[in-house]
Amino acid sequence: MTTTTQTRVTEQRPPLERRSLIQQSLTVVWRNLLHIRRMPEMLLDVTIQPVMFVLLFAYVFGGSIDVPNSSYREFLLPGIMAQTMIFSSAVVAIGLTNDLEKGIVDRFKSLPISRASVLIGRSVSSLIHSSIGIVVMALTGLAIGWRIREGVVDAALAFLLLLLFGFAMVWLGIWVGSMMRSVEAVQGFMFTVMFPLTFVANTFARPEDMPSWLRLIAEWNPVSALTAACRELWGNGPPASPDAALPLQHPVLATVFWSIAFTLIFAPLAMAAFRRRSQD
Amino acid sequence: MVGNLAVEAISLVKRFGDTVAVDNVSFSVPEGSVMGLLGPNGAGKTTTVRMLTTLSVPTSGTGKVAGHDVVKEPELVRRSMGLTGQAATVDELLTGRENIRLIGRLYGLPLAYLRRAADDLLEQFSLTEAADRIAKTYSGGMRRRLDLAVSLVAAPPVLFLDEPTTGLDPRSRVELWAILQELVRNGTTLLLTTQYLDEADTLADQIVVVDAGRVIASGTPTQLKDESGAARVVLTVSDDADLPRAAELLRRCADEVHVDSASRRLSAPASGLTEMTTIAQVFAESGIAVDDLGLQRPSLDDVFLHLTGHRAESDDGAPAGERGVEEALR
Repeated sequence: MTTTTQTRVTEQRPPLERRSLIQQSLTVVWRNLLHIRRMPEMLLDVTIQPVMFVLLFAYVFGGSIDVPNSSYREFLLPGIMAQTMIFSSAVVAIGLTNDLEKGIVDRFKSLPISRASVLIGRSVSSLIHSSIGIVVMALTGLAIGWRIREGVVDAALAFLLLLLFGFAMVWLGIWVGSMMRSVEAVQGFMFTVMFPLTFVANTFARPEDMPSWLRLIAEWNPVSALTAACRELWGNGPPASPDAALPLQHPVLATVFWSIAFTLIFAPLAMAAFRRRSQD
Repeated sequence: MVGNLAVEAISLVKRFGDTVAVDNVSFSVPEGSVMGLLGPNGAGKTTTVRMLTTLSVPTSGTGKVAGHDVVKEPELVRRSMGLTGQAATVDELLTGRENIRLIGRLYGLPLAYLRRAADDLLEQFSLTEAADRIAKTYSGGMRRRLDLAVSLVAAPPVLFLDEPTTGLDPRSRVELWAILQELVRNGTTLLLTTQYLDEADTLADQIVVVDAGRVIASGTPTQLKDESGAARVVLTVSDDADLPRAAELLRRCADEVHVDSASRRLSAPASGLTEMTTIAQVFAESGIAVDDLGLQRPSLDDVFLHLTGHRAESDDGAPAGERGVEEALR
C-alpha cells in the first residue's frame, strides 16, 4: 500500500512521528498566537477597551462613589480584571466560531491528531490573550494609584484565581462557540449576557448601595466572589459587610468552588456540542 | 500491488433529520486512478467525501481508505489521506510557508525535513515569491494551489478534492488540472467531486454520477457517453449553394437530418463509424466540396440530461450550477 510516492519532493518523506497531545496543542497555540501577531487589533478587547473603562470609571464615576477606608480606583481595578477574565469566554467563542466557519476546524479534523488539541490549543491561547489584558490592566492601575498591599504569595494567588476562573469561562466559550452559526451571533449573544453579568455584581459599585433584591443577585453572582477574592488578597477596599451573602464572606473558597463547578458543568456540554457540530 | 483499492464506499448512508443526504452509495477506486464524483449542487457529493475523510460519521454503511475502515480506524485513515475542501481552507493570517509548516507539524513531520519540503512544495506550486506573504493577499488560484500544497505535505497516497476548481478562472483551472495529472502520474489516487462535466471528462478514469443522494450511473467517460444514445455525424459543406443537395443526400442515409444554413452545417444521428464511413463515401462520390466531416459524441451534459431528465444544475437554479453547465458546454 506504500508503493505510492508523491510529487517532486525529492527526498523520501520520513515516517510520521507520534506527537503527544501537549505537542499538538502547542502547535495550535503557536498558530493562534501568530494570528495575534498578524492582527494586533485582536487585542483591543483586552487592552484599549478595558483601559478606557478604567479611566472612564475612575474619573467619571470615581468622584461620586464612596468606598469606605479605601479609594474608588483601588476598588475598581479588581473588578475590571474580573470582567476581563469573564470576557475570555467571548474570546474563545469568537475564535472557535471563526475557525469553524472558515473550515479550519475541518482541516484540523482531517489530520491524524487528537481532536482535543484543537480545543486545548484554543483555550490556552485565549487564556494568554486575556492574561495580556490583565498585565495591561495592572500597569494602568499602577499608573493611576492602584497598589497591591498584601504579600507576594497572596498577590500571586489572586492572579492564579483569575486564571482558574478564566479556565472555567473558556468552557462556556467553547460551548457557545460550538452552538452558534456565525461570529456575529456569538458577539451578539456574548455581549448581551456578559455585560449584565459583570455589572450586576460588586465589580464597579458596592452591592450594599443597591436595592435589596438586586443586592441579593449581585452578591450571589460568581463574578462578585472573584472580585472580592482579588480585593481581599491585594488588600484593595473594605471586606464585605457582615450581612453580605455567604460567597462574599469566604470569597477565595467561593471562587475556587464556582470555577470547579462551572468547569464540571460546561466542559461536558462544550465537548458534546463540539463533537455534535463536528460529526456532520 | 495492482488491483488494490485505494478508496471504497460501502453502502454509505447519511441522514440529517428527515432528509437523506446520501442514500446507499457504493463505489470503489483502484490505486493510482482518478475517480470523479459528478453531480449537481446538493447531490450529496460533499457529504460522501466528508464521510470518507472521517469528518462526518455515516448513519450506516462505511468506507475504506488505503485499506482502513473510516468508522473503526479513523486515525489510520487520516494518516493515509489528504483533503482539499470545498472552500480553500488555508489560514488567511498565516503566510504560505507557515500554512505548510503548521499542517506538516500536526502530521508529525520533523522540522528539519519540513523546512526543505515547504521550499520544494512552494516552488512546485509557483508560490515561492509569495511564500512569506499572508494568504489573505493571495488570489483565488494561488489559494487553491496553496491548499493543495498543504494537503500534499505528508505525501498522502490518497487525495480527496472537493470541487477543486469551483470559482477559478479558466486559466487557473487548466493549471490546476495539469498539477493533478502530474500527481496521478506519480502514483497518487485521486477522488474528486465536481459539477463541471468537462472536468470529470478531462481528469477521471471512472465517473460516478450522483443525483439526490443516489448513484444513478457509473463507468468510464466513454461508456457513459455511449450509454446516452447515438453519436451524430456532422458535416460542413464548403459552398452555401450545395446545402439543399447535401441535405437530400444525407436524408437517403439517415433520418432526422438537421440543417443549419448559417454555419453550412448538417447533422444526423449515426450509430458508429461504419455509418459515418458510408456517408463519407456518398459525399466523396457526389462531388460536393466538404470542409469537415466527423462523428460527434454526446457530451457529459447530454449524459446527465439523459440520466436525470434535468440539466446538471441544482433544483433551485443556483448560479454555481448554471455556471458549471455553461462552462462545460463551451
